[in-house]
Amino acid sequence: MSSVRIMRTRDWASPVPPARRELLTATPEVADDTRPPVLFVPGFGHGAWAYAEHWLEHAASRGFAAHAVSPRGHGSSEPAPKATLRAYAHDVVQVAAGLPRQAVLVGHGAGALVVAHALARYPARAGVLAAPVFGGWATLGLALRRNLFGTLPAAFGGRLRLGRRQLFGRDLPEPLARDYTRRIGHASARAQWELLRARAPENPVGDPPVLVVGTPDDRVVPRSALDKVARRYGGAPLLFPGMGHDLMLDTRWQEPVDAILDWLEKGGE
Amino acid sequence: MSTPTDPSSTLWRDGRPVYDRRDTVCVIGAGPSGLAAVKNLREHGFGVDCYERETGVGGAWNWRHDRSPVYAGTHLISSKPFTQFPDFPMPDTWPDYPHHSQLLSYLERYADHFGLRPHVWFGTEVVRVEPAGDTSWDVTTRSTGGYGSERTHRYLAVVIANGHNWAPKEPAFEGLDEFRGQTMHASSYKDPKELRGRRVLVVGGGNTGCDIAVESATAASQTWHSTRRGYWYLPKYLLGRPADQVNDGLAKLPLGLRQWLAARTLRLTVGDQTRFGLPKPDHKVFETHPISNSQLIYHLGHGTITPVPDVRRFHRGSVELSDGRHVEPDLVVFATGYLPRFEFLSPEILGADEHGRPTLYLHAFPREHPTLAVAGLLQPDSGLFPLVHWQTVLIARWLRLRDRDLERAAAFWSRASADVGKRWNRARVKDSTRHWFEVSHLDYLRALQGALDELSPATAVASRSTR
Repeated sequence: MSSVRIMRTRDWASPVPPARRELLTATPEVADDTRPPVLFVPGFGHGAWAYAEHWLEHAASRGFAAHAVSPRGHGSSEPAPKATLRAYAHDVVQVAAGLPRQAVLVGHGAGALVVAHALARYPARAGVLAAPVFGGWATLGLALRRNLFGTLPAAFGGRLRLGRRQLFGRDLPEPLARDYTRRIGHASARAQWELLRARAPENPVGDPPVLVVGTPDDRVVPRSALDKVARRYGGAPLLFPGMGHDLMLDTRWQEPVDAILDWLEKGGE
Repeated sequence: MSTPTDPSSTLWRDGRPVYDRRDTVCVIGAGPSGLAAVKNLREHGFGVDCYERETGVGGAWNWRHDRSPVYAGTHLISSKPFTQFPDFPMPDTWPDYPHHSQLLSYLERYADHFGLRPHVWFGTEVVRVEPAGDTSWDVTTRSTGGYGSERTHRYLAVVIANGHNWAPKEPAFEGLDEFRGQTMHASSYKDPKELRGRRVLVVGGGNTGCDIAVESATAASQTWHSTRRGYWYLPKYLLGRPADQVNDGLAKLPLGLRQWLAARTLRLTVGDQTRFGLPKPDHKVFETHPISNSQLIYHLGHGTITPVPDVRRFHRGSVELSDGRHVEPDLVVFATGYLPRFEFLSPEILGADEHGRPTLYLHAFPREHPTLAVAGLLQPDSGLFPLVHWQTVLIARWLRLRDRDLERAAAFWSRASADVGKRWNRARVKDSTRHWFEVSHLDYLRALQGALDELSPATAVASRSTR
């Protein structure tokens, strides 16, 4: 890990303008101070709702105060057609710093990249990157191969349409998969472009433990990309074969979230 | 170091027991600087004992504290991005220039968020800090107010964060004793109702002096504002944005060009200050501590503040000014600043000169004592918290490096001692006690960045692998 960057004239001279954010919360019945609050960050196009389906309540049932934020332009947050990755990371840090205690940040898909940027600004208790999309041209190549017509417009500043076969495993019932796919919106064109440019996130502050979770059968994130992200944070990915990209919505949603919470209970070792 | 199995140690100093806290670091003060030190030392794996003489966190920003200089109307003079800790942003919903009560709640949330309170011993004041022979320190404490017995603990290192805006610099004007009116230092000014209906003379052209003059303008029946020289009065907003944000947008430009641009912009927006009866600034912009006040000029223009020159002397019933004029105030507020005080430390430890000015590397490290550091002894042209955050990160990394790699630590130290006493400000700042610790936030942070890079574990690995 190299040193930190102190000079942030851009953040000082033109701070990210405020935006109204959607925050969903599930509170455990018995408050447990030994367990840190967990903040879930959805990927591009998804909102906090994606976590509200299963993961939020499940984390709360295991004693974790669980929160899910929709970055601006997502879910029920304020529309933000010109938002940048910086603005999304700002939203995450704002919510994290507003929690009563030092939080764990969990990001999924491109939300994992947003979390990685947020980790460079906020000393989280721990970071979890689930099926992380860190971008780059290889990501675009794979997406084009899998879903040419959904992806092509996004490469030219249009909307990215993800197919349900890209996001979910075969065992998720068809109507449910269709319903989820319909609820997915899209990130701003600028953020999509920034994802392609794939500026590497800075190193985390406060040296938090970071866990990478994924599935070898992901049709958005190739296995090599998973390994690469995990290696950057000094580990190997924790794998859940047979699942689709949207780990928190797929039929077997419970396995990854239990693994994440187990890891947190053990202190993120 | 001996490792006794129970805390009741066998160490002694001057016939009194010394409890050995071994690898624990002592932090003095739980204000913003102390809290940042506790958090960053903990983040680097140190045990921390923090001593706070008051019963709450927040230091100067906690208006309940008897040493707090804040008054009811205190608002920040640097906007949020320059005021907040870089890793703990203030809420988006807060205004650009928050009120002091918001700043206190921010510091309380910071302490709770990072679980700092369990490491703070409240109601405990530090009486003495003495070197313990090797590089460790004996810290003697007692309950605030002098009750109870003194206890001495031995620490790996000490971080002093006792603040420097609480010991008033009292002016020594001739004839002050015979003056019949009331006088007070700005530190004890709390509320405009103390000024209501009175004839008030505010002495001092700093930010506090200007703020109080403005409060007095709306409360007092007459207000004189005495300043020694002409200053540049920066409005809080320029071009519809907080002025400090506009200024940092130009941070990449050379200093001379920025000074010219700032003077130009002020000339266009504020205009000719001498029209309002103020003296012409005798220095360039950024050469004195910047004064951020939009309302002073407004009140001068409305005649509710009368600008007057420096005070020559006091008489029984009047104050004589340097131009020979006499004014007859019934209340004089001295906004004449503060002096740093380290009453628990013998002055030579910080390399203090005959005026009490310490000689430190990066305003933090004394030359002779590698395990002692001062946090937050800075007067930046911007908010203090970002500077003190990175300063305490540097202190923590430095102590870590001493622990792990003495050879590299020695190399760093010998290089650093060459920079002891250097001033981190490219502008030629006026030489007065007010500007002892004046730093440009850009210059100072760049210097911190350099030092941090040098101390970071990565460069250690890199230098080892290239060997």
